[in-house]
Amino acid sequence: MVSAELHLGVAIDGAGFHPAAWRVSAAEPAALFTSGHYLKYAKQAEAASLDFVTLDDSLALQSGGEGVVRGRLDALLTLSAIAPATSRIGLVPTVTTTHTEPFHVSTSVATLDYASGGRAGVLAVPSLTDAEAAHFGRRRAPSPQDGEAETAEVLDVITRLWDSWEDDAIIRDAATGRFIDREKLHYVDFEGRFFSVKGPSITPRPPQGHPVTAVYGDSPHAVGADLVITRADHLDAVRAAAARFPGAKVLATVSIVLAETEQGARDRQHELDALVPFEPVGLSFVGTPAQLAAELPRWAAETGVAGFHLRPAVLPDDLDLLAGEVVPALRAAGAFRDGYRGETLRDHLGLGRAVNAYAVTPGA
Amino acid sequence: MTKQIKLAAHFPGVNNTTVWSDPASGSQIDFASFEHLARTAERGKFDFLFLAEGLRLREHAGKILDSDVVGRPNTTTVLAALSAVTTHLGLAGTLSSTFNEPYEVARQVASIDHLSGGRAAWNVVTSPDAWTGKNFRRGGFLKREDRYARAEEFLATVRELWDSWQPGTLVGDKENGVFARDPGKFVHSGQQFDIHGEFTLPRTPQGQPIVIQAGDSDEGREFAAKAADVIFSRHGSLEDGQAFFHDVKRRLAAYGREYGELLIMPAATFVLGDTDAEAEEHAREIRLQQVRPATAIQFLEQVWSRDLSGYDVDGPLPEVDPDPDAEPLTWGRVRHEKDQLALARKWRALAEEKKLSIRELVIEATARQQFVGTPSTVASTIDEYVQSDAADGFVLVPHLTPGGLDEFVDKVVPLLQERGVFRTEYAGTTLREQLF
Repeated sequence: MVSAELHLGVAIDGAGFHPAAWRVSAAEPAALFTSGHYLKYAKQAEAASLDFVTLDDSLALQSGGEGVVRGRLDALLTLSAIAPATSRIGLVPTVTTTHTEPFHVSTSVATLDYASGGRAGVLAVPSLTDAEAAHFGRRRAPSPQDGEAETAEVLDVITRLWDSWEDDAIIRDAATGRFIDREKLHYVDFEGRFFSVKGPSITPRPPQGHPVTAVYGDSPHAVGADLVITRADHLDAVRAAAARFPGAKVLATVSIVLAETEQGARDRQHELDALVPFEPVGLSFVGTPAQLAAELPRWAAETGVAGFHLRPAVLPDDLDLLAGEVVPALRAAGAFRDGYRGETLRDHLGLGRAVNAYAVTPGA
Repeated sequence: MTKQIKLAAHFPGVNNTTVWSDPASGSQIDFASFEHLARTAERGKFDFLFLAEGLRLREHAGKILDSDVVGRPNTTTVLAALSAVTTHLGLAGTLSSTFNEPYEVARQVASIDHLSGGRAAWNVVTSPDAWTGKNFRRGGFLKREDRYARAEEFLATVRELWDSWQPGTLVGDKENGVFARDPGKFVHSGQQFDIHGEFTLPRTPQGQPIVIQAGDSDEGREFAAKAADVIFSRHGSLEDGQAFFHDVKRRLAAYGREYGELLIMPAATFVLGDTDAEAEEHAREIRLQQVRPATAIQFLEQVWSRDLSGYDVDGPLPEVDPDPDAEPLTWGRVRHEKDQLALARKWRALAEEKKLSIRELVIEATARQQFVGTPSTVASTIDEYVQSDAADGFVLVPHLTPGGLDEFVDKVVPLLQERGVFRTEYAGTTLREQLF
């Protein structure tokens, strides 16, 4: 079966998606708090020409006790630290929306876009727990419904702030002594349910115009973005999610445990689960690289998703097999491109030029 | 004993010090500009690079100010990215204690410290006005008199968070399955912040990242003496510098701190030339570019709070007094002098004494370069300031982006090294090791 080309992102958190991953991974625990650890995996994903890497984030410590990885670096800053050392891979950090300032979120994502030459995205998530609220002491944890509504508002206002400078606002006209044409800067004057922001941004419009916005599309309150990641755990639910966001690129999360034989993969999973029992979110795949390369195009065709957000159980083991065997097999089947065709993350995802809501000239 | 000089590089800012109209002036926003300055500073064995923070675009007479550089990136994001292209240079940035919260500042600075292997520094500032607050959820809720109370408690809280993972918390025992024991627990109950929970980052390579305080007021000096590693001050004459230096250093004992535990680093501009006369001439040209006619009127209007657009910049100062009751015409530009009438009197006296026009007065009052001369003159002047306790070092502010530091590093740094007052190699890997 000839299928459409898939979009593929990969999570490079910690020692892998499985909570016992750190115990079997070659990585030293202390390395999880260094940039070199993440750079290595990002370069591996880039060598395989994947669309992007993601890093999770939260303003609370991971739960699970002393047997699991606890503690993590700020995701956006970590991907900023690897941006200058990579050249094509998209960089999509999770950024929280409840206790953070939308203005800072906007400028930090724009700046990641500058530092990476147009490869930034942002996976916006609310902070719904009491633990996170107690770290700030300013408000209670919102209901899931309000948290999602506020996230939508944050995505709305950060996009307006990116647009608040037209692309050609900087004129450096020495003759008239004007650095900018202030007619091309715009107050956003955003008044929402949760906050208000005056604008304009302090940061000129980023290289992509709009860095790629992403949300998880699982909750019934979720609203769309450029990219919607569904963590549904069976194909019918994935299909339903894809249908709910017709204007977005919908990707399905798949946790992967790979080995050269099916039995080997099952043994690996049992070994991990024996250390720390785990029910991964999203679709789950345990098997050989060839089987995964056969399943992904089939799942995409059956559900209508544009691709997958892959979560390797153990880093680097499952990423090695993904990059080294799954991707070549997908290419051989015509289900994944041979290399990068563009420079920016929007290019990789086929999102097209972002139109500036304030510009008089469409597309400017 | 000969003191070792500390040097930092300030990325050119969004004020009229930065000459954007020069053909050699590059992008103020492309990452390549930040990388260029950082690599130059590191080549010169500088202690750290310094980035200011933007919170709202400046306005004058109700419009966005278009005559100076406009637009800058997010501070922490650039610093994190610079960690990838440098190995020893300290990475310092301003983060407001008003429009951020302790947990997120502690986390961002600690993240940069981890990512850079111990090179992070945070400049604590306060920003009390409601005008800036229009861009933030928090608004301008802070009263001016409360700003140091908040800043002090903010810093204390951040330090508690940085200390929250005790040594040995991160166990990393794969065999027995113990990653971390009791990580990051904290409780802070104070007037400004009432928070508790768990901090998400292990103790950083520096333990406590470097803390900088900028502010010349009495409260600011006390705050720095109590809690900061570096004070980022304004530059003045040798005598003014010595008075400031001794005033700040004498305050340290009350907090049980040694003389050398707080470094005084004024911001300073410089202009180099092959001869002192050539440098003076070059400096004069730069001042004329920094204070163009429109800029001169803006500065005057900032103090007068009146429309002075009808005045001739090459003529005398207005006879009319400032209007102290009027709404400020300028927003977002630092105003060091709070009493407008007193400042106007001072400016008038200066103009009269030296027979200065409006433009010449503004140049004299706001845009005099500090170190002007041959590399040899500048090296010996900087050394004199440091050896005679007017400063511990300087935060150099180039007037060109991004190449404005190149000449200093190529020509002045070797002379300081020959004098034996500036390092030829980095000592250790962390910023704390460079500074102390």
